[in-house]
Amino acid sequence: MDSEKQARIGRLKWHCRRALLELDIVFQRFWMQQGDDIDAGSEAALTRLLAFEDHDLWDLVNGRATIDDEELEKCIGMLRTAGFGAESGVFG
Amino acid sequence: MSYTVRKFDAVIVGAGGAGLRAAIQLSEAGYKTAVLTKVFPTRSHTVAAQGGVAASLGNSEEDHWHWHMYDTVKGSDWLGDQDAIEFMCRKANEVVVELEHYGMPFDRLDNGKIYQRPFGGHMSNFGEKPVRRSCAAADRTGHAMLHAMYQRNVKVNTQFFVEWMALDLIRDPEGDVQGVTAMDMETGEIVAFHSKATIFATGGAGRIYYSSTNAFINTGDGVGMAARAGIPLEDMEFWQFHPTGVAGAGVLITEGVRGEGGILRNSNGERFMERYAPNAKDLASRDVVSRAMVTEINEGRGCGPNKDFVLLDITHLPPETIMKRLPGIHEIALQFAGVDALKEPIPVVPTCHYQMGGIPTNYRGEVVIGVDSTPVKGFYAAGECACASVHGANRLGTNSLLDLLVFGKSAGETAVEDLKKSGAHKPLDTASIDATLARVNRLNTQTGGSNVHETRLAMQRTMQKHAGVFRFNELLKEGVTKILEVADDVARTEIKDKSQVFNTARIEAFELDNLIEVAKATMISAEARKESRGAHVRDDAIDNDVTPNGRDDQNWLKHTLWHRDGNRLEYKPVKMKPLTVDTIELKKRAY
Ligand SMILES: Cc1cc2nc3c(=O)[nH]c(=O)nc-3n(C[C@H](O)[C@H](O)[C@H](O)COP(=O)(O)OP(=O)(O)OC[C@H]3O[C@@H](n4cnc5c(N)ncnc54)[C@H](O)[C@@H]3O)c2cc1C
Repeated sequence: MDSEKQARIGRLKWHCRRALLELDIVFQRFWMQQGDDIDAGSEAALTRLLAFEDHDLWDLVNGRATIDDEELEKCIGMLRTAGFGAESGVFG
Repeated sequence: MSYTVRKFDAVIVGAGGAGLRAAIQLSEAGYKTAVLTKVFPTRSHTVAAQGGVAASLGNSEEDHWHWHMYDTVKGSDWLGDQDAIEFMCRKANEVVVELEHYGMPFDRLDNGKIYQRPFGGHMSNFGEKPVRRSCAAADRTGHAMLHAMYQRNVKVNTQFFVEWMALDLIRDPEGDVQGVTAMDMETGEIVAFHSKATIFATGGAGRIYYSSTNAFINTGDGVGMAARAGIPLEDMEFWQFHPTGVAGAGVLITEGVRGEGGILRNSNGERFMERYAPNAKDLASRDVVSRAMVTEINEGRGCGPNKDFVLLDITHLPPETIMKRLPGIHEIALQFAGVDALKEPIPVVPTCHYQMGGIPTNYRGEVVIGVDSTPVKGFYAAGECACASVHGANRLGTNSLLDLLVFGKSAGETAVEDLKKSGAHKPLDTASIDATLARVNRLNTQTGGSNVHETRLAMQRTMQKHAGVFRFNELLKEGVTKILEVADDVARTEIKDKSQVFNTARIEAFELDNLIEVAKATMISAEARKESRGAHVRDDAIDNDVTPNGRDDQNWLKHTLWHRDGNRLEYKPVKMKPLTVDTIELKKRAY
């Protein structure tokens, strides 16, 4: 990974530090499963998703709210998949 | 390694409820004020608060600040300072109304007044019956509060440094505070913020425990920085545990679930709370339920392969009730426990929730040191990182948001008063800055060191096992040895990635430097306190008429002060004298 992308991923990861523990855990699992080298599409979608307020974002992730945006829907799907089935012991 | 210097009248570290409230005071008075924050202000952990903020407005029924004061003293198990508690309860209406003027969208009654709901431990007429005292904005109280105060700050020209991490306090040889050193996460640049007033509002440190309801951001940075600068930490043995955090994840399951009929069961399927609290059962107070759960686990009746959790059962409730009255619970259980709560019970454990101790302050928000509480010149603190001490050994729900508003404002006001009397900045003490640079350099050059993630996990497991809900003499003693061993590993953490821009590995290593100070203070203070009081519950404390519930007022009605230097402990008296009213006299705490 070039240093520019590394910096962008670092910023993105920091923006995954949220005010709600629920989201922290979902994002932690996401990164553990995806690794740092995510594709440009996911990077763009995640960047947009991270601009949401915490409670709204959590409602989207847990399915209580929906959004009419294909890219974001796909990204939310990835977060949801990461959320299930991870074993304990990974929590920061 | 180089650094630059930036000068301000005041520097505030933290942009949660306490930091934002303090900043309004300083900027409104025209002082050049910088607010440093690791994350965007409205993503501070205050966002997670839903229950509300306490104030005896009396909008729905009669209420009085004196009743609120009584509840808070009793809730604190008499460890709270009664002058600070009177101050907070008297100021509550004023700060809530101010918040309303800043644009906070409180829920309303038909007559337009702020709607108020009841909350555990808040009573009318000196403990007689529950009273409606909590003011909320739907289930987003903390979030709405931060938005209102952030907007106000923008209006009065507070200067925000977002995604900046404060690293150390700058304290000169006379003991006066002159600002902080900080790192710009975007560039890795180190800057000395040179100020006449420095306010810490960095929030709690719940991440010292393996199981915590706190978001990852709560790493006790302010508390750690203060300890490294020679400021003692007060009452760090007192941590509130919430009974129902999802096992493994920690995510909070609200008390409302048991309110709607949820039942706790052990591995035999038994509703064990019937044995511990025959009347209130699963709805007994937080500390009683948490202790019962841990007893079941310790006696081998826990569930799962390691027998280390109990079950919260709502399968007998109609699915419509769960989906309608308990929104979000089904999703949380599915997401974090992998169970469909309509069909299977949810694994839960008592989970660390709130830090009652912290940086010692008085009700004016000044940081104070020593047995006689001498103010440290130029240093103030407020919010969860501070210990005023209003929560004493146990906090009442909704009193934390009130603490942020009252003491955030008070710290800001005192700083303004002091700034009015101050001259030019004192010459900057470069020795403190050199200490930061040495710490940064150590981390950058460490080889053959310890892994940050593994060391943090070792700390969290040690705290969970040795200083949890129930505390045992032998376990505490062992815990002290173990946490000091972990501290040795923290001193030699190594990061592989040495890049400058948004290097999260480096940030986490610095956070661990702070967490470990909190962990040491907690373990050592807990080991030393040979009684049960509020959230500090020892297995060997004797419950009789002289020491009710194990509380030993004759020997232990005093605040702990832990010094980093040599892990020394000293004790200072509890302020039993309020500002204007009579002392609320000691008695057995029973509900
Ligand atoms: C799930 C949950 C629900 C709760 N509900 C309620 C409730 O209903 N009512 C109630 O009264 N209390 C509640 N509490 C407690 C209450 O929310 C917190 O005690 C309170 O919000 C803490 O506010 P604060 O301003 O002290 O800190 P925070 O809001 O945590 O803010 C800390 C700030 O400091 C910054 N910071 C930290 N370290 C650094 C550093 N090194 N450099 C720069 N910036 C830094 C952060 O970026 C942040 O801006 C709840 C707590 C939890 C966990």
